[in-house]
Amino acid sequence: MKHVWASGAAAVLLLSVGTYIGFFHAPVEQYMGITQKIMYVHVPTAWTALLAFTAAFVASVGWLWKRAWTWDYLLESTIEVGIVLGCLLSVQGALWAKPTWGVYWDWDPRLTSVAVMVLTYAGIAALRSFVDDPVKRATWSSVASALGYVNVIFVYLCVKWLRTLHQPQSSPSTVDPAMVLPLRINAFGMIFLAIFLVALRYRMARARRARELEA
Amino acid sequence: MEIASQCLLVLQKELRHLWRARARATATATFALACLFLFSFAGGLDGDTLRDNAAGYLWVGLLLASTLALGESFRVETEHGALEALLLFPVHPVALFLGKALGNMLTLLAVGLAMVPFAVALFDAAPREGVPTLAACVLSGSAAIAAPGTMHSALASRARARDVLLPLLLFPLVLPCVVAATQATRLAITGDPMNQLGSWLSVTVAFAIVHWSLGALLFPLVVED
Repeated sequence: MKHVWASGAAAVLLLSVGTYIGFFHAPVEQYMGITQKIMYVHVPTAWTALLAFTAAFVASVGWLWKRAWTWDYLLESTIEVGIVLGCLLSVQGALWAKPTWGVYWDWDPRLTSVAVMVLTYAGIAALRSFVDDPVKRATWSSVASALGYVNVIFVYLCVKWLRTLHQPQSSPSTVDPAMVLPLRINAFGMIFLAIFLVALRYRMARARRARELEA
Repeated sequence: MEIASQCLLVLQKELRHLWRARARATATATFALACLFLFSFAGGLDGDTLRDNAAGYLWVGLLLASTLALGESFRVETEHGALEALLLFPVHPVALFLGKALGNMLTLLAVGLAMVPFAVALFDAAPREGVPTLAACVLSGSAAIAAPGTMHSALASRARARDVLLPLLLFPLVLPCVVAATQATRLAITGDPMNQLGSWLSVTVAFAIVHWSLGALLFPLVVED
């Protein structure tokens, strides 16, 4: 449990430092001005959400292959944390879109595919709550999660494949170095936050499973 | 080879069931047509708007009707332990998936093709690229919905709240293919001066190939538990 709280503390520390540097030391972007500062939270949230769903995919393959309960606990926790991060991502994106694109929402392939991705995993979370048998619940949600991962790949690649308002992936070579540092710090902060939340949710999933065995 | 012959047997069984329960199949097609009619009011009754939106109305109507057809596909198997009996027969799970998915694809294709003349009449949406092109759009879209639909129908049919679960699981998953099929159908109806129809059709076919392959791979895990 110490490690869990250490992850939470690391998340708070890194996100505070990264956001401080991003807001007060990184240069103001030429065209978007102060609005661009949301990037230091938005981009790490996006990376971590995709990472959470990738972890869910790994957990689903793990369960289907090994049938060990740890994979099912991991699947349950990563899906739920992924949904929370995906919702946060959409809200942050809408807040950024209003001053830059003029609207909160545009039917752009990236925005739409993110919404579809979150809905896909919300459906899987609903499936888990409607199946009583733990083995069936684990297997069926693993299968649905493996199928749903096609959407996660599409979210990542759609900005390369399709014409979209959303910019394609940047790399450190295309971003001012003073902006890269807070972005990286916040990325690690979000990863630690996700680890903290997944670990807490994992313990809940394990406790629920123990209660089901007792019943 | 054995899987292919078992798949054909399952398909025969599906088609026989469809024929015996033809009142339900007719009701599904009628539901799809009612959707077409209702969407006209939602989008406005202007002739140009109706023609522009005809492809979207067709695919949303077919998608909504698909939940009825797909739900029925596994509902009958859950009654009296029919699925377990089928697996004990023994039918290979891959053959079962392929046979059922083919049956569902043919059902959706039939409903989709039945909707086309009504769409043409209601929305003045005669396909400028020809009827075979429009039929290819309906075929590829039906194939792309049938595979994930069969898989999720198998999952939802044995869970609580299955009527809610199937659309909840299926709609977000098939949205990319519905978007592609709608674009392809729209171009088939309004004309394709920039030669974009092939690209959208390729997206639908690629989606279908991915989900038929994943379905064949994962379906045994769903029914064997």
